[in-house]
Amino acid sequence: MGAVTRVLEVTNLATHFDTPEGLVRAVDRVSFHVDEGETIGLVGESGCGKSITALSLLRLVPPPGRIVAGTIRYRGTDLTALPEREMRRYRGRHLALVFQEPTTALNPVLTVGYQIAEGLIVHKIMRRREALREAVRLMDHVRIPDAARRAREYPHQMSGGMRQRVMIAMALACRPSVLIADEPTTALDVTIQAEILDLLRRLKEEYRLALILITHNLGIIAETADRIAVMYAGRIVEQAGVADLFKTPRHPYTEGLLRSVPRLGGPTGAVGGRKPRLPAIEGSVPDLAALPAGCAFHPRCPDVMDDCRMVEPLPLPLAGVAAMPGTDRPGLDRSVACFKHHDVHGRPR
Amino acid sequence: MSAPDWAAPPTTGTGGAAPPLLQVEGLRKYFPIRRGFFGKPTSWVQAVDGVSIEVRAGETLALVGESGSGKTTTGRCILRLLDPTSGSVRFDGVDLLALPPRAMRRMRRNIQVIFQDPYASLNPRLRVGTIVREPLEIHKIGANRRERDEMVAALLRRVGLDPAMMRRYPHEFSGGQRQRIGVARALALRPRLIVADEPVSALDVSVQAQVINLLIDLQEEYGLAYLFIAHDLAVVERIADRMAVMYLGRIVEVGSREEILKNPLHPYTKALLQAVPIPDPARSRARTVLRGDLPSPADPPPGCRFHTRCPEVIEVCRRDDPPLVEASPGHWVACHLVPGTGSARSGV
Repeated sequence: MGAVTRVLEVTNLATHFDTPEGLVRAVDRVSFHVDEGETIGLVGESGCGKSITALSLLRLVPPPGRIVAGTIRYRGTDLTALPEREMRRYRGRHLALVFQEPTTALNPVLTVGYQIAEGLIVHKIMRRREALREAVRLMDHVRIPDAARRAREYPHQMSGGMRQRVMIAMALACRPSVLIADEPTTALDVTIQAEILDLLRRLKEEYRLALILITHNLGIIAETADRIAVMYAGRIVEQAGVADLFKTPRHPYTEGLLRSVPRLGGPTGAVGGRKPRLPAIEGSVPDLAALPAGCAFHPRCPDVMDDCRMVEPLPLPLAGVAAMPGTDRPGLDRSVACFKHHDVHGRPR
Repeated sequence: MSAPDWAAPPTTGTGGAAPPLLQVEGLRKYFPIRRGFFGKPTSWVQAVDGVSIEVRAGETLALVGESGSGKTTTGRCILRLLDPTSGSVRFDGVDLLALPPRAMRRMRRNIQVIFQDPYASLNPRLRVGTIVREPLEIHKIGANRRERDEMVAALLRRVGLDPAMMRRYPHEFSGGQRQRIGVARALALRPRLIVADEPVSALDVSVQAQVINLLIDLQEEYGLAYLFIAHDLAVVERIADRMAVMYLGRIVEVGSREEILKNPLHPYTKALLQAVPIPDPARSRARTVLRGDLPSPADPPPGCRFHTRCPEVIEVCRRDDPPLVEASPGHWVACHLVPGTGSARSGV
């Protein structure tokens, strides 16, 4: 095996919000890692904690949220232990973030060229003039036509797709190792989305980025990610390589999600004059302030057992999975948190 | 503002059958952009520019397109929530645009709407029972409050909600439940046509399927027709009988679901289909990625409106606006590359 550089290793990360309605465990004991040149997809529905996970990695969780446990190791350094001053040296420089909504994430009164250059100036990588020249080069690189002219434009003069390219150029300016893209194409039309995903894949290769792609869209995940972590109610319920997850989903939630996603080319023709129904997951995503006891998915689970109502299953490696390289711990690369696969004592079934 | 004559509606192959439930012809909606000092419009956004569609009783026509295609504006003109600039909208043979307000209000019993955002389309100060009962009261259906409340309870039960929830407020419901409330409200008057504008795009994937299934059930039960407006082709696939694809205010292709999905003719339809990410890592990822952005509808390109992004563009596309012609029975397309359009390349 060639040497793989583990860029980011997140272990038992927990981010809680102490609200008047009660304690909200938005991110609850989440563990995953990303290597250089690899894409991990965090997938889940609204309120599953995927965006708070992204903000936690940069320590940008808005109050009253705070990281209460766990470690975030970036090339060995635990980011959760750094003083805020130190953390600022990492933000944007080593770990960069692309938001869903480029319209609100960009400053309306600064030219896009300056906004791209700003990181380079702030992190003292370049002087102003040089940084502005670099901004034009980056804009060209993310395929913004007529970059030199458009660098002097303001965000409102650009289309949604172009603004998202600006965001990506901005994120890449300081040559980060980790790029976190939170629903980067959700606000865009599907033809523009295809272009942006194409661009992200190309840049990931070229910059050897460790890419964390956060989305609710299983199609995007299937086409972009190498590994996938499925989140539900603040927890990772299943982790697997992209091919394994789509071929043999192990968690009932993953199975339901994969079945219910509408797809082109699925069965369509009306059978006996009736249109085929989509297999749906009954119920709706739970309120994080009032989670059910035991497994958070149990009220919607078709395979629910007695244990599921009382004990919370932990993510455990599937039987037969090799140990993590360099350790005697089994890896979480193919793990599932479900009593269908382990008993309450963690023994494989 | 000369546009080719779109007068011929894309009537489909069922010659001699009953007239369609909804027949839209040459619909145009131009919004003024006021620039002059005295507020005189100096230019126009051609949001909808000559759209002709029809929806038959009991069928679903999916109107698909990206932002700026004019699909929502088309829906609002049909509902007369917007006044079209020109064109006609006939429901059951009656020209809606010619109806006086009182008659139009009566007509609204037949045509109802479901909006995209279940958070914004329900009045937060009203109890759910009141929201669903309101249309019954306006149209004086049911002898008294008690009878109406019974109807509301039956409606809520029909859309999968507990009638006991009548006394609750919208914020106490999840997105999927709110959309069910919207469906119950639309259903209250037993309409024959429902215009559903992106009814599931704000919902989670696992909940989307529930609402689509409900809409299909109701269609079969009540013989409803849907004009289903959506940007997501994968969502539309389950529910559509026919599909109409819009680009920059025009219909570029209309046909049965099978024809559009299996044999798309317009390069834009092809690109739109290919752009949908496939939730299957084993499938090939080959696709033609469209370059460039949607041109502004205030300044649409000359010739074919898609030519600036079309991967198959030829000279004539930059000059002539292709008419919508019937390529095969019931399958209409507006593209110079399709044989039989008159201006097509020979030998294509």
